[in-house]
Amino acid sequence: MGYKISLDDMNLALEELSKDYMIYAPKVFEGEGKFSDTDLIRYGEVEGLEEIVFDEKSDYSFKEALTPISEVLFYFTEDEIKEADKPDRGALIFLRSCDLHSLKRLDEIYLNNGYEDYYYKRLRENTKFILMGCQKSFENCFCVSMGTNKIDSYDSYIKLEGDTVYIDNKCEDLDKVFRKADIQEVDVKPDFVEENDIKVSIPDNLSLDVMDAKMWEEYASRCIACGRCNFVCPTCTCFTMQDVYYTDNGKVGERRRVWASCHVDGYTDMAGGHSYRKDNGQRMRFKTLHKVYDYNKRFGYHMCTGCGRCDDICPEYISFSNCVNRLEDAMKEVE
Amino acid sequence: MGKNEYIPFKSEIKEVIKHTDIEYTFRMTYEGDVKPGQFFEVSIPKYGEAPISVSGIGDGTVDLTIRRVGKVTNEIFEHYVGDTMLLRGPYGNGFDLDLYKGKEIIVIAGGTGLSPVKGIVDYFHANPDEANSFTLIAGFKSVNDIIFKDDIERWKENMNVVITVDKDADKTCKLGLVTAHIPDLVIKNIENTVAIVVGPQIMMDCSVEELFQLGVIEENIWISQERKMCCGIGKCGHCKIDDVYICLDGPVFNYTKGKLLRD
Repeated sequence: MGYKISLDDMNLALEELSKDYMIYAPKVFEGEGKFSDTDLIRYGEVEGLEEIVFDEKSDYSFKEALTPISEVLFYFTEDEIKEADKPDRGALIFLRSCDLHSLKRLDEIYLNNGYEDYYYKRLRENTKFILMGCQKSFENCFCVSMGTNKIDSYDSYIKLEGDTVYIDNKCEDLDKVFRKADIQEVDVKPDFVEENDIKVSIPDNLSLDVMDAKMWEEYASRCIACGRCNFVCPTCTCFTMQDVYYTDNGKVGERRRVWASCHVDGYTDMAGGHSYRKDNGQRMRFKTLHKVYDYNKRFGYHMCTGCGRCDDICPEYISFSNCVNRLEDAMKEVE
Repeated sequence: MGKNEYIPFKSEIKEVIKHTDIEYTFRMTYEGDVKPGQFFEVSIPKYGEAPISVSGIGDGTVDLTIRRVGKVTNEIFEHYVGDTMLLRGPYGNGFDLDLYKGKEIIVIAGGTGLSPVKGIVDYFHANPDEANSFTLIAGFKSVNDIIFKDDIERWKENMNVVITVDKDADKTCKLGLVTAHIPDLVIKNIENTVAIVVGPQIMMDCSVEELFQLGVIEENIWISQERKMCCGIGKCGHCKIDDVYICLDGPVFNYTKGKLLRD
């Protein structure tokens, strides 16, 4: 159902929705960018539509709304364990097509791969997704190659043009709220990009044998194992358990899970001191193959959604898309 | 809403069996189905969790043989009979005993690798008619590192048991690596022979090579792996190798699959 409403009415609708939902969208965090005097665009709660950054890519993805960077699972005392409460409101998340495709990857791991994740599910089932269009491809994007440039499984599509908001709505709950405004029915189709400057091709014959190719040696000398690529990735889901206890009462504390990175030291450390993939190049190989090879082998579609944030964030200017495009030659080398 | 798998349950310590200075078996209360080769996450608030394989299955109990090597396991050793510990699990596929029944069975274990296979040895010790023959070859660093000493004596009653140590052998064991004893195995029907190999990677690789020399085919060999795990339920990602989650798809693998696991 397509319609248009005024920005003021839209903000009134958001105000009403904020009683039941935390409204997450990409917004500007001044001065927090990766270089001095630059801004950072990441997800945070917004009150009005004009706060949302529509015309630039966010440095971080929406995933922290569903998989918090640090999430308390339960509190413990000497005798008792108490499950952490869930937020008292659901979430309304503004995101682009590639990120909405990423949601399917998060669901796959947290809901379908083995056991169902209790904490993810209780956030997920109270979340609605609002699609933001892409009028142009941003730097480093390769969504078209990954087939994630278009999507129709959104609750609502929202586009801001001057003081007018165009909506393509598919959600009854949202429809009730939007209709309180003076709406005018129009045909609204989301903006999707059809082409990116960057294209990737994943060789059909890709196999684990590629781990023996020489290309990883280069990454061994360039990658500094900072893990930023994992943290900006909308599809990276790994976490590590962390117990903390309170300094004023050492018998009371909490167990959390915190984001983990397969690039960062310690990821494979076992009790007794053994660890795997000490070489940063092989860590790059492990991540790359997960994104464009072994996840597909397990679940039938690629994990990477081509958002290009890993390329945007890397302090060593390592390009993931370029790495993927080198796999074909690397396979020739090892075959 | 489904079960919250992250919340551990209380389990009482019924018995503590000391094997070596750093390896104890904790006999824990547990009601429910469990298989040899599966594991529990032992949870010690403040210190974290450690995946520990089941080393014995009793009536209303499971045995967890724990080596004191990390911050969680150090803390576990501060617990005594009557105390409770927190567990969650069992997780992982475990060994399917039906695959071994009626076969000539060879179990090769290195060090604490004996823990995950001990349930298999116990089962066929109690049910000797269900195996065509049963051989256990277990290797340790030294006589002082041998675990399950009483069990080993018991197993010797009706099984072929070879214990090896790397140095200073006494009358209960032989000197050398487990692999040295594989070529001497007397096998009646190689096609009806199955082997289970658990231990450090290099020990598993070399043992499997010796088994191939004997003529055991890879379809008849099983191994068990261990990796860092934070969840045990396919979420945290730490144990993934290629498209395999050790916690969900393993830790027990037929060698046709196990040989492909390259970190």
